[in-house]
Amino acid sequence: MKIVKARDLVFEYIRRDEEGNVEGISTAVDHVNLDIKQGDFVAILGHNGSGKSTLAKHMNAILYPTEGTIWVDGKDTKDEDVLWDIRQTAGMVFQNPDNQIIGQVVEEDVGFGPENMGVPTKEIWERVEESLRAVGMYEYRKNSPNKLSGGQKQRVSIAGVLAMHPKCIILDEPTAMLDPNGRKEVIRAVRALNEVEGMTVILITHYMEEIIHADRVYVMDSGKIAMEGTPREIFSQVERLKSLRLDVPQVTLLAYELQKRGVKLPNGILTTEELAAAIKAL
Amino acid sequence: MSIILDHVNYIYDSNQPTAKKALDDVCLTIPDGQFLGIIGHTGSGKSTLVQHLNGLLKATEGHIYVDGEDIYDKDYDLKKLRSKVGLVFQYPEHQLFEIDVFTDVCFGPKNLGYDRKETELLAFDALQKVGLDKEYYYQSPFELSGGQKRRVAIAGVLAMKPKVLILDEPTAGLDPKGREEILSQVKKLRDESNMTIILVSHSMDDVAEYVDRIIVMNKGHVMYDDVPKEVFRHYEELEQIGLAAPQVTYIMHALAKEGLPVDTDITTIDEAADEIVNALKRSGRKVN
Repeated sequence: MKIVKARDLVFEYIRRDEEGNVEGISTAVDHVNLDIKQGDFVAILGHNGSGKSTLAKHMNAILYPTEGTIWVDGKDTKDEDVLWDIRQTAGMVFQNPDNQIIGQVVEEDVGFGPENMGVPTKEIWERVEESLRAVGMYEYRKNSPNKLSGGQKQRVSIAGVLAMHPKCIILDEPTAMLDPNGRKEVIRAVRALNEVEGMTVILITHYMEEIIHADRVYVMDSGKIAMEGTPREIFSQVERLKSLRLDVPQVTLLAYELQKRGVKLPNGILTTEELAAAIKAL
Repeated sequence: MSIILDHVNYIYDSNQPTAKKALDDVCLTIPDGQFLGIIGHTGSGKSTLVQHLNGLLKATEGHIYVDGEDIYDKDYDLKKLRSKVGLVFQYPEHQLFEIDVFTDVCFGPKNLGYDRKETELLAFDALQKVGLDKEYYYQSPFELSGGQKRRVAIAGVLAMKPKVLILDEPTAGLDPKGREEILSQVKKLRDESNMTIILVSHSMDDVAEYVDRIIVMNKGHVMYDDVPKEVFRHYEELEQIGLAAPQVTYIMHALAKEGLPVDTDITTIDEAADEIVNALKRSGRKVN
């Protein structure tokens, strides 16, 4: 079964002026079809304002479709009776770690979700421990979140979601506010969740380097899915990505520039090792 | 307008048990018209450092001279300093507040005591410099895209006619195109106005392409201070302190290791592509 499936998903919102009069209607998500397999690492790319965050917010029923339907683990998000099931199935991590942490102590923060769900105390502690271990933050369980770095806070946010035992985790630009080290920590933790625990990961990002290991990439533009494929397929289309206000990883760009200068290289090179090997083989 | 930092130390909460040294004996000279990058991981002291340059923070020890004047002198006019050294904070769009873009940009010069006509001319000029389309001038700043908002915020500082412009992480959170737009606009500003520009960033890829000089901060002190090429030679040390050299540096080193005779000092994609093609030719391999 598909963990997330969308058919002709449309989301419109009404723009109003200061007096509250309707100025017009904007379509943020425009007839999107999606099929995300359980256990996949899916990346959603798109420039600011392309509709990617709006789409993500449909995946755990923060927003409801204007038209069309989205099913999360087979459940229609418009069905109010399954709202909490859906939120539990699909956990969400947002951009700013400071807006997501509420506990005074790391382990209390992570325990907040399962406690709210009515999980028995003993099991809460088990879940807190296993979640913190999964993101490599167990040694910090007694710390105050205030004293953590951005990357560490973000990993605590991820642990907080994990403790609710979701089937799928959605990360909306989780690294946008982090420095290179923090970004690496978070992406490493997310990849481990996917590869070791088999968790479905949906990663929304601006950083091309973060998605070269994804199973599938969707590129959004003006609310529509403009491109879809494996990272290699997507990054082979340098000009097309640039026209969508995006980029390719620096290695891919260099390989592309070399091709333009007549060096015979394969399309869609994604890593430094691949490029070195391809040049060696010339 | 040159700035000299002479053995500057800064300690947060200096008389409390939580005291933390944020700047450790920093000595720097920033000449007129330089495009300078300050790099360091979170907590390395880079933001603390730039907040000293317009007197927002006062050094616990040491002196800062702007145009030969000691800014800690009793008679020194700090308000004048703040109009000369413009600081654009991280996520500056959070500081927009007026009903329209133009009024927001007018706020700075108005506060500095310019009359209405001068204020409006300065605001208009600043908005043109950041390349914002005229159609947005009378829109609410909150209706603009992230990159546009940021440009309005930068214009708000430019309108005060600073001689030095400091940008703290100006590209954080923007999409790739937005990042490039902001940086190329900043470069254009520098080329056209000979303003001193200080760019605080943790993105080496951004900085490598634009700046004349890089200062790497680590634990409150200046670890490297040199032209980009020289700084990136220490890419392994940079890695140890949580930074990374531009990806091109790694690629060039990987190729050199594979036996391709390339210059490993190169930092931009275009130079790298040319260099690889030349190296391939030099080593007798066929390139059309």
